[in-house]
Amino acid sequence: MVPLSHVLALSVTLFVIGAAGFVFRKNIITVFMCIELMLNAVNLAFIGFSRYLGNLDGQLFVFFVIVVAAAEATVGLAIIIALYQNRNSLNIEDLDSMKM
Amino acid sequence: MVVLFYIFAALAVLAAISVVAQRMPVHSALSLIVVLCSLAAVYLLLGAEFIAVIQVIVYAGAIMVLFVFVIMLLNAGREDPRQRSRMAHWLGAPLVAAFLGEVLFAVWRQFSGANVRPAASLDAGPVAVGHLLFKNYSLPFEVTSILILVAILGAVVLAKKEL
Repeated sequence: MVPLSHVLALSVTLFVIGAAGFVFRKNIITVFMCIELMLNAVNLAFIGFSRYLGNLDGQLFVFFVIVVAAAEATVGLAIIIALYQNRNSLNIEDLDSMKM
Repeated sequence: MVVLFYIFAALAVLAAISVVAQRMPVHSALSLIVVLCSLAAVYLLLGAEFIAVIQVIVYAGAIMVLFVFVIMLLNAGREDPRQRSRMAHWLGAPLVAAFLGEVLFAVWRQFSGANVRPAASLDAGPVAVGHLLFKNYSLPFEVTSILILVAILGAVVLAKKEL
């Protein structure tokens, strides 16, 4: 059986990579994908703790996180499409004001 | 079993680096699919069969199709390399490495050693998950359906030509 610390190390590594991408990337779709990466890292931590504590609640939380991520992806991508129709750009440096 | 975990963990980390490092959004999306599938394999090794299947169907299937569809729709090409600040260029990678090292050290301090033993067995099949979902978590489940309804309406309203 894999030690819990190794599962958490994988989770932390994925989260930090996602956070770094969120900060450094300029394309708004890539930034959005980095958010999904961070959500998955947190899901992995939930599954690891669920396995090691012998408690199924963690897996239910992952279930809800996946559902919320699906809703977030639909609304976020719709916002990206609306922004692109207004600004004609996907670079976040061009999308820095709230006014259309 | 243990070896498989490390193989899929290495695959997930490499693909995650690829998500961040690729210039084309389509390549990032394909790398993210690799991350999601290898994480599903890790979930399977950790005994979460139901979540592993949901991960492949909902995440790698539905959500990533949405991403690829939007990338194609907006014709998102190569990211134009603009002048970024010199400080971000020189300090970025060391700061990320320092942050990663710090959090890994915290995890190692807290959870290494023999004080965390896995539970003997965990029944995580669809039956057990379904019982828990509809007994203890029935209210969050219903609220989730309202959330999805709101998300659908929001997406339809936002994607219209005129707001």
